[in-house]
Amino acid sequence: MSGTTGLLDQETRDRPSDTPSVDLDALYRESGIGGMLAGMDRELVGLKPVKTRIREIAALLLVERARRSIGLRAEPPSLHMCFTGNPGTGKTSVARRMAGLLHGLGYIRRDHVVSVTRDDLVGQYIGHTAPKTKEVLKRAMGGVLFIDEAYYLYRPENERDYGQEAIEILLQVMEDNRDDLVVILAGYRDRMEVFFRSNPGMASRIAHHVDFPDYEAEELLDIARLMTAGMQYRLAPEAERAMADYILRRMAQPRFANARSIRNALDRARLRQANRLFEARGNAIAAADLLTIAEEDIRRSRVFTQ
Amino acid sequence: MRLTQGQFSFLPDLTDEEITKQVQYALDQGWAVAVEFTDDPHPRNSYWTMWGNPMFDLRDAKGVMMEIDACRAAHPDQYVKVLAFDSSHGFETVRMAFLINRPAEEPGFELLRAEGPGRRIGYTVRSYATGRPPGERYGGETRHGT
Ligand SMILES: Nc1ncnc2c1ncn2[C@@H]1O[C@H](COP(=O)(O)OP(=O)(O)OP(=O)(O)O)[C@@H](O)[C@H]1O
Ligand SMILES: [Mg+2]
Repeated sequence: MSGTTGLLDQETRDRPSDTPSVDLDALYRESGIGGMLAGMDRELVGLKPVKTRIREIAALLLVERARRSIGLRAEPPSLHMCFTGNPGTGKTSVARRMAGLLHGLGYIRRDHVVSVTRDDLVGQYIGHTAPKTKEVLKRAMGGVLFIDEAYYLYRPENERDYGQEAIEILLQVMEDNRDDLVVILAGYRDRMEVFFRSNPGMASRIAHHVDFPDYEAEELLDIARLMTAGMQYRLAPEAERAMADYILRRMAQPRFANARSIRNALDRARLRQANRLFEARGNAIAAADLLTIAEEDIRRSRVFTQ
Repeated sequence: MRLTQGQFSFLPDLTDEEITKQVQYALDQGWAVAVEFTDDPHPRNSYWTMWGNPMFDLRDAKGVMMEIDACRAAHPDQYVKVLAFDSSHGFETVRMAFLINRPAEEPGFELLRAEGPGRRIGYTVRSYATGRPPGERYGGETRHGT
């Protein structure tokens, strides 16, 4: 109420001569957000819808700040989120970046993520759950609480399950401590939907549902390049072609886990590269050999024989 | 008589905002923050009751403030203090300690004189409140008895 009156007062008072103005671009620059968004574009391949959503949130927070700076009412928006997507689509990686972003935008006080699963929140006996959940919340305060595979908190088959107690405490804190904590839930889409259907209180407190799409084959190859560079390796040109073949085959196989499958494949390729070099240890090994993953390091994967 | 113990004790009682800032300072130094309470305010009583464990792994003062609020709600009529322990080599000791709650009525201390041989006088102080059993020493908490 008082906010509305204040706004009217201000309008009549200020119009038309000196309407307050703000430099949104200056706010943008001093938040350091540009660098963080660019870093995200560089280090995370694809994820178009996710990046768009993050940009929208950044814009919202900047505008909120601008509004506050001229004395307009700026209720901090609710930023609890849910990340859904298949294994290895980058949910955890993005959650880790969220803390940095929200901190840069002045929404949270601290640049930290406390990452938990059911076992960290839910106890084994009566009276165990509340203190456990509160311990986690205390640690997360000021930053981001990331709950991976959040649906395990709710076990409908067991009506006395202590998970419900943890959910209730979370709901309370998500409502009362919006200024202190951002909660991000993550998990696979279908199971998350079931979870929300049975926990409407939770669903209503989540302002942003972000869906992580599966990667295309080309994106996966880009990810492979990025990862090899990150590990200070290099894919030989033939190895890169082998990797492209590998990706197509692996995608069609069961238990394919997007970017994580790529990371695993590269870890095994490193193993084979190391073995190859070790077998040949009689000869001098050039720096380039240590760096390079060769075609055979990839082609000898089981994926090509199955 | 208003009890003065620890840091800031000659200042007006700290507001929650000020407590938050002090706690954040302690956390930023890497010190473990603990909350303790007592109804025996004798200056030599170093054994206050611990409210939960010292908090080693917090980064933001809000987590400590949650415990402070819980302790004050449970013991509104006792003394509550915050301690910050520095475990680094060479210190291994409490670096900060200050009161964050006090009973509404503070009856203060009695000065006792014990006359010894040769008219020598030994002095000691005794808190008026500790004349009563624990739990009945300060106003509100007599309710818990019988
Ligand atoms: N877009 C991307 N660009 C580069 N690397 C990525 C990308 N997405 C994921 N990765 C990498 O893939 C691996 C798995 O990602 P992450 O752990 O974030 O997936 P997730 O969605 O949390 O998976 P899960 O649901 O199985 O927990 C990490 O090593 C991460 O660095
Ligand atoms: Mg994950």
